Amino acid sequence: MQATPNDVHILPAPGASPTIVRAPRRKTNPFRLGGEPSPALYRTLAISTFALVLALWCFLSYGGKVSPLILPTPSAVVESAIRLWSAGELWLDIKISVFRIAAGFLASAVLAIPLGILIGAYKGVEASQEPLNGFIRYIPVPALIPLVMVAAGIGEPAKILLIFLGTYFQMVIIVADVTRLVPKDLLNAARTLGARPRQVLFNVLLPATLPGLMETCRTMIGWAWTYLVIAEVVATDSGLGYRIMKAQRFLRTDEIFVGILVLGLLGLATDMIFKWLQPRLLSWAEMGRNG
Amino acid sequence: MNLSEPILRVENVSKSYKSGRDETLALEPTSFAVEEGEFVAIVGPSGCGKSTLLHILGGLIEPTSGQMFLDGAEFFEAGPERGMVFQAYTLFPWLSVRENVKFGPRMQGLPLEEQETRASYFLDQVDLHGFHHHFPKQLSGGMRQRVAIARALANKPRILLMDEPFGALDAQTRAIMQDLVLDIRKREKTTALLITHDIDEAVYLADRIFVMTARPGRFKAEIAVPFGTDRDQATRDAAEFFELRKEVSHLLHDEGRKVVAAELATAVISEG
Repeated sequence: MQATPNDVHILPAPGASPTIVRAPRRKTNPFRLGGEPSPALYRTLAISTFALVLALWCFLSYGGKVSPLILPTPSAVVESAIRLWSAGELWLDIKISVFRIAAGFLASAVLAIPLGILIGAYKGVEASQEPLNGFIRYIPVPALIPLVMVAAGIGEPAKILLIFLGTYFQMVIIVADVTRLVPKDLLNAARTLGARPRQVLFNVLLPATLPGLMETCRTMIGWAWTYLVIAEVVATDSGLGYRIMKAQRFLRTDEIFVGILVLGLLGLATDMIFKWLQPRLLSWAEMGRNG
Repeated sequence: MNLSEPILRVENVSKSYKSGRDETLALEPTSFAVEEGEFVAIVGPSGCGKSTLLHILGGLIEPTSGQMFLDGAEFFEAGPERGMVFQAYTLFPWLSVRENVKFGPRMQGLPLEEQETRASYFLDQVDLHGFHHHFPKQLSGGMRQRVAIARALANKPRILLMDEPFGALDAQTRAIMQDLVLDIRKREKTTALLITHDIDEAVYLADRIFVMTARPGRFKAEIAVPFGTDRDQATRDAAEFFELRKEVSHLLHDEGRKVVAAELATAVISEG
């Protein structure tokens, strides 16, 4: 140790001071940029928005401000939900719709993820596959419906094919981007550690894309719900989309509302499942970061 | 193998980048050698191509010209006998600390027992006994670089290539990491090539320092550092340390000025 020069003063450690003033907390204002409200306040705000919408709905419908043909009362919607549920119709619709989503989405994930990764990993695959994919994905899926009906009829395969077409091409491009976003340094490090190209692909690139793939699936399943309804509205005799269409034909706005709300709840539920799975399956991933 | 052959020999390695018809020279033809057990540092102003040179030596960038030899054998690709530590954090986030260190031996198909032995040994070398089962996201920047060093050493490389490994760390952590590198070098007789912009770090760690010019990079001066392998923080207080530091600083400062002047010049041109 060196001698301490004269102009260095070692300061004493502070003792237990009885007069420490607690600093006021100002950053809890939820409407201040960068403000961090307490979880309770956050929840209150979220719930009150729902309450507000519900109140507005009650006011407009019970108050007779809007014709019940356009806006049924909440109680009418609940009643027809109970009726449809106890008749077993609603459950059948949910089952068939979920099955279509699952089939269409799984088929597109199983095919799109490997191709997307190959596009992101190899320039040769990128050059031969990406431009075509990029073109097709800008074709609006509803424009393909007539073609799909000619080719696959109006049976179950047609609906699954439509969901597949709606999600597959998008997914290929997003997965390719996810793959390209894997930091180069990570791949370089693997190479300098003696990993051969194939080992880099399977031991580094693939695991590094997992958080991004999870996020992609979460986004794409949202798209799949949209295409499901398009498919079921056009030509079918079952499912939630069909329920809404049929209700429209008989001017049963309350049933339309039941269909819409159930679709919303199912979408929310899938999203929550992904949110729940993410930190459990990929606990190593740093949140808010890719790779 | 020739007895007088250095571990690493670089002959007229250069790099230029093509953009359209223009070809910009990033690194002028460069030749040098690193002997067994030697610690060489390369310092240079930002953008001088020092990091490019190290990536070329690591086999990650193709040189435009020149040849590189490890123990007399020419090499072209990346390989485990040239271990690399990067400035950015490059631990595999899905692997535990221990699995990260085992990665190299595992890729080369070494027996599991040998993988485990090396992981334990090199994690001890970087003082991370209690962290084998942590994941990278749970570690501080300094600890991540410790793991990165252990991971590179686990392949028992002939030479360790370090690209500003402590550039992202705070001053205190950096000093601790430098002492760690000195310790490892003494124990393991590691041959190393270090890229840095930190003059102090170069003088403190290296036996020889190459100073590079501004872009296109060229070796401008070679400075021998006479402190041997027994160094500690007190070495920094020696008059000789001061002198060397000053010398390198002068050499580098001119180049730094050129970089800024060039940047200002291009800014004027693009504005005008």
